[in-house]
Amino acid sequence: MGNILIKKISKEFCNRRRSSRESDNPCPYGDVVSVLNKIDLEIKEGEMACILGPSGCGKSTLLRIIAGFDKQTSGSLAINGKEVDGPSSNNIFVFQHSGLLPWMTVWQNVELGLRHMKNPEEKNHKILEYIQMVELDGFEHHYPYQLSGGMQRRAELARALAVNPDILIMDEPFSGLDFLTHMKMREEVVNMHQFLEKTILMVTHDIDDALIMGDRVVVFSNRPSEIKVNRRLDFSHPRIFEKNPELQDIRDELFLMLGVSYGV
Amino acid sequence: MSPCAKPILTPVLSFIIFILIWEITVRYSGWDKNIFPDPLTVLISMGELIRSGCLLKHTVASLFRVTAGFYLAAILGIPLGIFLGRNYTAALFFNPIINFLRPISPLAWIPLAMLWFGIGDQPAIFLIFLSSFFPIVVATTVAVQSINPTYFYVAANFDFKKYEVLSKIVIPAIIPSIVTSLRITVTIAWIVVVAAEMIAVQSGLGYLILDSRNGLRMDYVMDAMIVIGLIGLFLDYIMRRISNIGSTVWATVER
Repeated sequence: MGNILIKKISKEFCNRRRSSRESDNPCPYGDVVSVLNKIDLEIKEGEMACILGPSGCGKSTLLRIIAGFDKQTSGSLAINGKEVDGPSSNNIFVFQHSGLLPWMTVWQNVELGLRHMKNPEEKNHKILEYIQMVELDGFEHHYPYQLSGGMQRRAELARALAVNPDILIMDEPFSGLDFLTHMKMREEVVNMHQFLEKTILMVTHDIDDALIMGDRVVVFSNRPSEIKVNRRLDFSHPRIFEKNPELQDIRDELFLMLGVSYGV
Repeated sequence: MSPCAKPILTPVLSFIIFILIWEITVRYSGWDKNIFPDPLTVLISMGELIRSGCLLKHTVASLFRVTAGFYLAAILGIPLGIFLGRNYTAALFFNPIINFLRPISPLAWIPLAMLWFGIGDQPAIFLIFLSSFFPIVVATTVAVQSINPTYFYVAANFDFKKYEVLSKIVIPAIIPSIVTSLRITVTIAWIVVVAAEMIAVQSGLGYLILDSRNGLRMDYVMDAMIVIGLIGLFLDYIMRRISNIGSTVWATVER
């Protein structure tokens, strides 16, 4: 399970602070900013979809709506055929800046999703299993601030996977990582995706991330966003641009579309 | 000097210089020793006060009042602050009253406190409570309001119950700010107790100062001042130690 169906979702914000609370007339002083404009999108079970778009185009807003943190102004959103009415541990959000709770160790953070397990032995075994999956064994009892950026992302990934959700929602999970860590994380997420077959929705600003990792690439236009490209990528891994002219063509196309005349 | 000895020896040195300046000032000011006692006289009279048990009695009385008033303020103030921090409407309702009462010096309450509670420990405890309560409420409210919203999204995402949001997010997130605010507040409480004891009671370090003044024993006045300073130093030291415990260290690195 893990099918996401988005129908004609629009989102408007008021250009005024503190007014996102719902009321009959959400914007008494005008100044409506339309962020998403009738987005239609379907992400199939087990698919990894990467969303690209200019900054400020509402990619993250869409993710937050799907996670149930925010409500669309109009349109409908169904996960596994059921209308979304709030956050759920069936779809775990991985935050752009660390969402680890800083007052808890890696172990305690991973435990969050498993805290209802009755058998303590089984629970400890599970926690360790997920920590080992992201290769953080030996750092179980470290606090997030004692870990490097890449390790923090991996810990958050372990915490998310431990819940065994159908869907992972990642908001620029690699931002702020150095180049090599970025490459390594990319590889790990792809492996994890092939192994666990979860539905993954990822916002990125990195075209190569989208093309190398995604089963589907979605490109948003400027605000108010519409979908400019929605394309399935059926290429086998490992994907190497130099050996795959078709992928290379898509890459050139996307660079042009996002306004970069490439070949500086 | 070894690098480890430096943080200990430097403060000791500053106290020695302070006492030297005191001694020199007494000698060359030309004031009578009864008006401005020198360090040795003060030390000798300190010995008298300690031997008679008088100093201990007054110190215990003051500490008791501060402890009672301060604990009461923390026990009521922290939950109220958490409630106001989580409830926007309640904060709108209570904040004007709190901010109106807050700048009124606790000492201004002395006449009322004496009428309401009579003479004894209660008015003093009430005044200390007042001096600590409002700063603790305000600090807690601000601490709760400034928790990174991401953590509440995490809580919602992992299906936290209401009590789990409180115990796993709100309380651990505000502990570092609370400890800091308690550290400041305990000092205020300690300042206020001395003033309160000058009026409403027959014991405590504030009373010792007042009583010694009436007996023209400036050396006893200074003894009481020294004890007040030392205990203030000690209280601050304890609070600083608390702020270094494991559950608050993350905050010094995060920010």
